[in-house]
Amino acid sequence: MNLKIDLQEGKKESVLYLDGEVDVYTAPNLKESLYPLAEESGKKVIVDLKNVNYIDSTGLGIFIGALKATDKSNSKLVIRGVDARVKRLFEITGLNEVMDIVSDQREEV
Amino acid sequence: MVQTSDFIEMKMPAKPEYVGVVRLTVSGVANRLGYTYDDIEDIKIAVAEACTNVVNHAYEDGEKDAFMRVTCGVYDNRLELMVADKGGDTDVDAFKNGKGPIKKDQPIEELKEGGLGLFLIETLMDKVEISGDSGVVIVMTKFLQRDGVGHNDSGISTEAPKQ
Repeated sequence: MNLKIDLQEGKKESVLYLDGEVDVYTAPNLKESLYPLAEESGKKVIVDLKNVNYIDSTGLGIFIGALKATDKSNSKLVIRGVDARVKRLFEITGLNEVMDIVSDQREEV
Repeated sequence: MVQTSDFIEMKMPAKPEYVGVVRLTVSGVANRLGYTYDDIEDIKIAVAEACTNVVNHAYEDGEKDAFMRVTCGVYDNRLELMVADKGGDTDVDAFKNGKGPIKKDQPIEELKEGGLGLFLIETLMDKVEISGDSGVVIVMTKFLQRDGVGHNDSGISTEAPKQ
């Protein structure tokens, strides 16, 4: 029940690789890593969820916060590597309407 | 008709690190009952949302005896989960309001980070009841889908295995 966070930082684009579970216990770490990236101006912030096997509203709330921050800083937030389960969660909550979500490529064969 | 039922009770500290423990335990119970993978995932999220509410809202920081009580009622056709706290008087109606999905045309700066938890519980479970007295009590039910004609008399599924 842990979350591993790896950051690959580029000049224009940063990718945050998440591995594990995003819930009320691990969310503060995610927030700490993601929000400073989202506050940088003119950047593309990619959150890779390919290795995330659990996420709930606490995680979604962090993405909403990050979206607000990127919107303010003229940056762009992209959530990628979303499998069918996680995609459904984004759809139920309506987050897919306001967020840039890219499905897991493996599912698109 | 005799209805068999088992009860599993947990009392956990209302701390973030125990929400995953509850989730895993409930997942094990649901798995034993024969729920589908998707249903188990739904149940995991719902119970975690209820526990997260307790962790975030029920108690003052550092309050002694900050616990969440989770009960699984195991029935032939359903799983009844109860998550309760003793966080004191709660305005249950206020708690029930202010939830819902995000609207397409909502300006980004007006989006709220919270409020999706209860909405998810109500969407993912079949029946949800919220009451309050000396704390919030959420009772949520997921019915066991026996895939219609899926089981013949020998109890062996006639459905082709999923790929």
